[in-house]
Amino acid sequence: MKRILLAVVATAAIVLVVHGCARRTGEESVQIKGSDTMVNLGQAWAEAYTKEHPDVNIGVTGGGSGTGIAALINNDTDIAQASRKIKGEELKQAEAKGMDVREFTVARDGLSVIVNPANPVGKLTINQLSDIYTGKTTNWKQVGGEDEKIVVLSRDKSSGSHVFFLEHVLREGDANGTEEYGKPVLMLLSSQTIAHEVAENPGAIGYVGMGYVDEARHKALAVAANQTSPYVEPTPANVVNGTYPIARPLYFYTPSKPEGTVKDFVDFVLSDDGQRIVAQMYFVPISSGP
Amino acid sequence: MAGKRRRITEVAVESVIRLSGLAAVIFVILIFLLLLRDGLPVFRYTGVTEFLFGRDWFPLSGKFGILPLILGSLLVTAGAVVIAVPLGTAVSVYIAEVASAPVKEVLKPAVETLAAIPSVVIGFIGFVVLAPYVKQIFDLPTGLTAFTGSLMLAFMALPTIVSIAEDAITAVPLGYRAASLALGATRWQTIRRVVVPAARSGIFAGVMLGLGRVIGETMTVLMVTGNAAVIPHAIFQPVRTMTATIAAEMGETVHDSAHYFSLFAIGLVLFVMTFFINVAAGIALRRTGGRR
Repeated sequence: MKRILLAVVATAAIVLVVHGCARRTGEESVQIKGSDTMVNLGQAWAEAYTKEHPDVNIGVTGGGSGTGIAALINNDTDIAQASRKIKGEELKQAEAKGMDVREFTVARDGLSVIVNPANPVGKLTINQLSDIYTGKTTNWKQVGGEDEKIVVLSRDKSSGSHVFFLEHVLREGDANGTEEYGKPVLMLLSSQTIAHEVAENPGAIGYVGMGYVDEARHKALAVAANQTSPYVEPTPANVVNGTYPIARPLYFYTPSKPEGTVKDFVDFVLSDDGQRIVAQMYFVPISSGP
Repeated sequence: MAGKRRRITEVAVESVIRLSGLAAVIFVILIFLLLLRDGLPVFRYTGVTEFLFGRDWFPLSGKFGILPLILGSLLVTAGAVVIAVPLGTAVSVYIAEVASAPVKEVLKPAVETLAAIPSVVIGFIGFVVLAPYVKQIFDLPTGLTAFTGSLMLAFMALPTIVSIAEDAITAVPLGYRAASLALGATRWQTIRRVVVPAARSGIFAGVMLGLGRVIGETMTVLMVTGNAAVIPHAIFQPVRTMTATIAAEMGETVHDSAHYFSLFAIGLVLFVMTFFINVAAGIALRRTGGRR
């Protein structure tokens, strides 16, 4: 009996100590969670904002858009960053908790399709890209290159880019499309690993955010929406004027209409100062958009 | 009075220790229950056979066949074992039987230090340094293959195998060696015919524990195996392992969706596999007389 009592007391003591340590008091804090694509951008905004508001604490974490939105639904974050739109299923879960989820487009991101500089191919249509990524086209000579096997690189499923590329390139924007990434497609961990592999491998093709393209090590392909439209280079200007076909918006989600510090921060992000940071981080600002 | 106080201290210490011991077991059980809770619901969306033996892993489109992932994990693990077991045994024989005392003093801690290198670092080395060589030497389209993963994982299993196997070899009674040498056997014959067979269950236990580490390793394989969910036909081809799948996809799933449940179900399959490996290792260890 005494032993059990002691065990209970010891457990209670541990719980109390841990609980006490975890409690924080004082200054205001904003939690931002979500897309890995946007972590550095979010961090840059947070740094600029807290420089002006030293009393505010902003914590930015990655984990993926899905993680961010799940955290939003579980009330674990004030803002979810997402490189894809919130899904119907997730919206339903949020509504079930009485949330009134708000969406803000905070930046744009153009995906560059890159190949090794030694590769003679300089442009492709969306349709050709789709055939390469679904595995129908397997040799560079089928698209005007040399007789060499294509090593197809993609981001993994935890990436908003993966889903965006699937929907807008592989399925060519057809919501009922059933195309899938070919099974031999290599799923790499990050944009950085794709950039590295393309620079090393003359047969490789991959897609990365525009900020990852290094002219000395990669060649970014000009892309045409279809056979009759012009080939467009992935430049910020072409993303802004809407001619580059593989560009996507980046979002903030809040559980309700933002108030107080959160509202102030969102306003800052959407302001000219906030959008200047977007350009500095190699994304495309929305303010100059169409 | 003093006796009573001592008794209280005794009981207190005893119960704290007991609690710590129980905590480990309780955590394992809780983790298992969590995996069951979040993994089993996937079978509302797909059949058990379809899940375990399906060849298509397209979770975003509702196809949950994990056969390519299971085979990917097994292939990488098997490759690592083929590399690590002979190497590990050789290293432990060298340390235990051949090396002079000063060499031994340096070598054993050095091998054990290998275990302290974070897996992300090993993965990075594999991706940046090893993969280009693998591509070049074997003339492959890409160096991100199961073989690259096996090679890196073999290095990660080595410390576990060497540490336990070396203990087992050292524990072989001196009389065995003396008897063998007295019969006119050479040193090599003694090692091969007497010492290693006598220590074999200890070596086996080391191998099994190393195996447990290898099959559960995530970061390294995620970085070097290419993660293509194909049914592997050769070791020089990209594969996708179960652990890499969970790590790579958990971030983006909608919570409580079929995809989310399927990732936990993969975790469950993996848990069951490593559980049996550990049980086998435990049995082997007990056969050596419980020595570690």
